[in-house]
Amino acid sequence: MSKDNLSKKELLKLQEKMILIREFEEACGENYAKGFIRGFLHLYIGEEAIAVGAISSLEKEDYVVTHYRDHGHALARGLSTESVMAELFGKSTGVSKGKGGSMHLFDVEKNFMGGHAIVGAQLPLALGIALACKYKKENNVVLVFFGDGAVSQGTFHETLNLASLWELPVLFFLENNLYGMGSHVENTRAEGRDIYSSADAYGIQAEIVDGMNVLEVLDITKKSLESIRNNSKPILIEAKTFRFSGHSMADPAKYRSKDELNYWLKKDPIKSFEKYLIGENICTKDELKKIKEKAINEIEKAVDFSIKSPEPSLEELKKDIYA
Amino acid sequence: MTLMTIRQSIQKGLREALQNDPSVFLMGEDIGEYGGAYAITSGFLEEFGPERIKDTPISEATFIGAGIGAASVGLKPIVELMSMSFSLVAFDQIVNMAANLRYMSGGQISVPLIIRAPTGAGMQLGATHSQSFETWLSEVPGLKVITFSNPIDALGLLRSAVKDLNPIIIAEPAGLYGVQGDVPDKYYEIPIGSASVVKEGKDVTFVSYGHGIPILLDTQEELTKINIDAEIIDLRTLNPLDMLTINNSIEKTGRVVLLDTSRKLGGIMPEIVSRIQEQSVDFLDGPIVRVGSENTPWPYNRNLEESSLPNVNNVIESFREGYKI
Ligand SMILES: Cc1ncc(C[n+]2csc(CCOP(=O)(O)OP(=O)(O)O)c2C)c(N)n1
Ligand SMILES: [Mg+2]
Repeated sequence: MSKDNLSKKELLKLQEKMILIREFEEACGENYAKGFIRGFLHLYIGEEAIAVGAISSLEKEDYVVTHYRDHGHALARGLSTESVMAELFGKSTGVSKGKGGSMHLFDVEKNFMGGHAIVGAQLPLALGIALACKYKKENNVVLVFFGDGAVSQGTFHETLNLASLWELPVLFFLENNLYGMGSHVENTRAEGRDIYSSADAYGIQAEIVDGMNVLEVLDITKKSLESIRNNSKPILIEAKTFRFSGHSMADPAKYRSKDELNYWLKKDPIKSFEKYLIGENICTKDELKKIKEKAINEIEKAVDFSIKSPEPSLEELKKDIYA
Repeated sequence: MTLMTIRQSIQKGLREALQNDPSVFLMGEDIGEYGGAYAITSGFLEEFGPERIKDTPISEATFIGAGIGAASVGLKPIVELMSMSFSLVAFDQIVNMAANLRYMSGGQISVPLIIRAPTGAGMQLGATHSQSFETWLSEVPGLKVITFSNPIDALGLLRSAVKDLNPIIIAEPAGLYGVQGDVPDKYYEIPIGSASVVKEGKDVTFVSYGHGIPILLDTQEELTKINIDAEIIDLRTLNPLDMLTINNSIEKTGRVVLLDTSRKLGGIMPEIVSRIQEQSVDFLDGPIVRVGSENTPWPYNRNLEESSLPNVNNVIESFREGYKI
């Protein structure tokens, strides 16, 4: 895909979203160190092009389901930075009233169906939502994200089989960042690095994409969505990517070499897209600077909002459950 | 004696088992190079090599199942789950396979498998990551379920588990890995199925396990201010239960409080209530008092989580209310 297909405004919007996610994640790290955010916190830094490229191609009625590394997907889907940050702060103004936390973000109004922290558990859920879409004769697609680690769960294989057998509108989006916690994909997958080949066994069309390139992600997602809407057959996209920080805040990522990290840092999706935007004379450095300032400003506001927001009342413990 | 943490005592036990018995091997997610999510097996890969320290993919059902298979033909797998919450993914293997094989094969097949898993709430990990399914596993015939609150018991129980021919669940209280104690240098074992009297007392029997024990230690200290001398029992084994120790204590004190830091609904405590009812109720001067966390999923928010978790005040209030003291 090139700039010809997209307006300047659309192109800048992509960069704006990626920067917003990056700044959000940096702020999360800082506020974790300060003790405002607790529990397990998994950052999305390095993988922004995937959430932004893929989710920007969706219609409002489509569904997003994801795993616990979910802030990027949430923000790309348009959940408010304030209420996502407030959730991480455990405040009553959070998307899940402070009861879910970082790994369990939900916003049903945005058809954002979570944030799921049991590896592989989100896949059958996505399948069921797709089943409902088809049942209700809606032409919506369910976009489900998962990591290379989730491919080792039975749910992945069982979901692919049923999605294919029942011809359900699911777009499987594999974020292959080469590691599941400290385990390299070559030590956990019999297929080796290229996991997309397992889709073949279930008669599912699979695509591979550079997950560090937002335009390529956008392009392949658009084509896949169109095909799914027309044929109601699932597709799997495998994006090659890398998380720049450790698995969670507790992980110093000693299992990766500096060289490997540096190799991927050079592919930084935001910097590469910036180079592209300037190289193609789409915008000026100044315009990008303003975008970044705007993002920083928005995140500062979100942090401020979260600090000032009230804690949930103790009655909340027993609400949202029948007993 | 050597001062060590629970983490170190588990490491000592695992190391011993690996050194003494070539059929012992370890398996689990990120236990090798990463050293385990709670750093229990840190350095083990270098020491024992990849044949015996096996990293697995995120396939709990299958690697637990593989542990059952290996155990059924004579190996001694010690399998680590990253969290007791993830045991659910492998429940069919644990319950239908591991627990039943010996019985339904008419005693032909034994499954000497150990499954270790950190357990418990209190770290703001939210609903999916804070659960204590040792309470469910404790009602499965064929499984033994053990737990501990100090490094001496952790090592002694692990030694017994390694020798046992039954499938064993070790519920490791995640919040207690750093708890220190003096561990005897001379070899000892703690038998499975025996509770311990952590502190003797004459006025009330407190019963708990794992995360509940530090709460009871603080509680009894607080109660000395009103001249109540509490006895504290650490169950250590959830199945099979050691009722003798509980009954003997009740006979002495005439009062009993059962504390479970996991949900009050279900678990092993209602079973203990029922057995007290059958075996030692005549010695009681009042109701069997129970304290536990609320019957809700675990919330992320700190205040909400803390308000659900039992604390010293909850135990004291419930005790005083129950026995009008
Ligand atoms: C059933 C289950 N097992 C283990 C875990 C612990 N765990 C959380 S994330 C993770 C690694 C997942 O890796 P991957 O799917 O590649 O996603 P990434 O973190 O790389 O985005 C593990 C082992 C879990 N949450 N659920
Ligand atoms: Mg991964």
